[in-house]
Amino acid sequence: MVLAVLVLSAASLSATRSDTADSEPVAIYQIVNDSIPKPLDGLAGDPARGRAIVAGRAGNCLACHHAPIPEEPFHGDLGPPLEGIGDRATAGALRLRLVAPRTLNPDTVMPAFHQVDGLRRVAPQHRGRPLLTAQEVEDVIAYLLTLRADGR
Amino acid sequence: MAGHGRGPVRRRLRRLPWLWSAVAGMAVAWPAWVGSELPAPAPSPPRSGYEFARPETQAIQDDEFANPGLFWAERGAELWDSPDGVDGQSCSSCHGAADALAGVAPTYPKIDLASGLLINLEQRINACRTRHMGIGPYPLESDPLLSLSVYVTQQSAGQPLQVQIDGPAQPWFERGRSLYAERVGQMNVACTQCHDQRVGHLLRAERISQGQINGFPAYLLRWGTVSSVHRRFQFCNEQARAEPLPIGSDDYNALQLYVAWRGTGLAVEAPAVRR
Ligand code: HEC
Ligand code: HEC
Ligand code: HEC
Repeated sequence: MVLAVLVLSAASLSATRSDTADSEPVAIYQIVNDSIPKPLDGLAGDPARGRAIVAGRAGNCLACHHAPIPEEPFHGDLGPPLEGIGDRATAGALRLRLVAPRTLNPDTVMPAFHQVDGLRRVAPQHRGRPLLTAQEVEDVIAYLLTLRADGR
Repeated sequence: MAGHGRGPVRRRLRRLPWLWSAVAGMAVAWPAWVGSELPAPAPSPPRSGYEFARPETQAIQDDEFANPGLFWAERGAELWDSPDGVDGQSCSSCHGAADALAGVAPTYPKIDLASGLLINLEQRINACRTRHMGIGPYPLESDPLLSLSVYVTQQSAGQPLQVQIDGPAQPWFERGRSLYAERVGQMNVACTQCHDQRVGHLLRAERISQGQINGFPAYLLRWGTVSSVHRRFQFCNEQARAEPLPIGSDDYNALQLYVAWRGTGLAVEAPAVRR
């Protein structure tokens, strides 16, 4: 599914990003066929940082997912285990999952990690801030891509 | 503005009126699920949080010497007989022995005829203090108020939850039902998504229950104190990074009425112990 609004806006708006970068906490992205093919803000991810985000409070992924992070004692099971996800998913598919999971499943409990608008009653200390920055999203993706069935 | 999942673009569009109007002309229809989940029917059968608790936690609740909630019940029993009102009145001056109130707690929250508002048991106790005893209310969530609430609730241990949701309570019920289905917070989740749709799953170390309130006020091990229903609601809101509503607010009373109705027939556990 290609969302017309997103395609149109991404093409037309990228030029305006720099003048408001300070006040704009979320990157512009474009959804193409169940994927966000381009890295957010063109950033490169770092798998080691990504692992720390997945394991820690920032991503809190382990609240809902199992992952090969043995030092953390409790892993939830609301979502599928992340073991081997690097074999099953592309970077673009993972990016869409993290940024706009409700386009994949409208009833999902997985939060949109890079969204600030369209939310209700956000606690004041978290208002206007996404759960993860563009850099952190890219870091998490880089880590997830290392989770392969062979050498993980 | 209805909530939707494409915030970044929408924000940007607002800054560019020309583009916004062009896009608006495209009549993008956001689907009906946006912002809230469909109301779920009451779970059948309703199951107490006790059934989802760890065996260690269950054991603490079951042990009449180890259950720390019983300290609150004892304090409540003392307060019940303590002269406190303008004329040295205590609760027992008017109500006699506390078991006269057996069967009362599971009917709350209830419409208060004097104010026309939906009130919960703690607010009912405070109403007696202000209206009948000539003294001020206890602060909500204070130790004496929770102690009396536990004690009054204990008089109905084992009795089924049975709230009234028709007549003047009906609009409150509807409000509670929609709050229960509304996605809130930075996590953008609704009560129903966890407590209807993901019951039995693990969220980190916690087994998700139906979110029933038949054990409240309950002793929470994590805080080492008794918690009201509203304080527990706040905690679930806080974990979703949503702004919690005030304890004693109309909205939480409406939500409590809906949640109590979901548990119709569940036996009162007083005091329950939860993690
Ligand atoms: C509140 C629960 C929750 C949290 C927190 C959460 N997820 Fe998910 N996630 C889910 C669920 C549930 C699914 C299954 C698909 C669905 O229901 O939308 C899922 C699906 C996924 C998938 C697709 C898996 C597959 O096999 O296709 C990936 C990848 C994923 N999540 C990664 C993450 C990462 C990384 C984080 C942390 C940054 C995270 N999730 C945080 C609940 C969660
Ligand atoms: C992300 C999942 C999630 C959401 C959303 C959520 N809760 Fe909870 N809730 C939990 C977990 C986990 C617990 C602790 C384990 C249990 O008892 O379910 C809990 C506990 C409770 C309890 C205590 C149950 C008991 O027996 O001790 C109540 C009541 C409750 N929730 C009500 C609500 C209400 C009302 C909402 C919406 C405002 C809500 N919850 C939203 C996960 C959630
Ligand atoms: C001066 C008499 C008086 C005293 C003292 C008094 N009450 Fe009451 N209480 C009443 C009356 C009368 C009602 C019936 C409702 C009304 O008219 O307010 C009532 C109702 C109640 C109810 C609700 C019963 C129901 O069926 O819904 C509870 C609970 C209650 N009282 C608890 C207490 C507690 C706890 C105390 C001590 C802090 C207390 N009362 C002190 C007179 C009193």
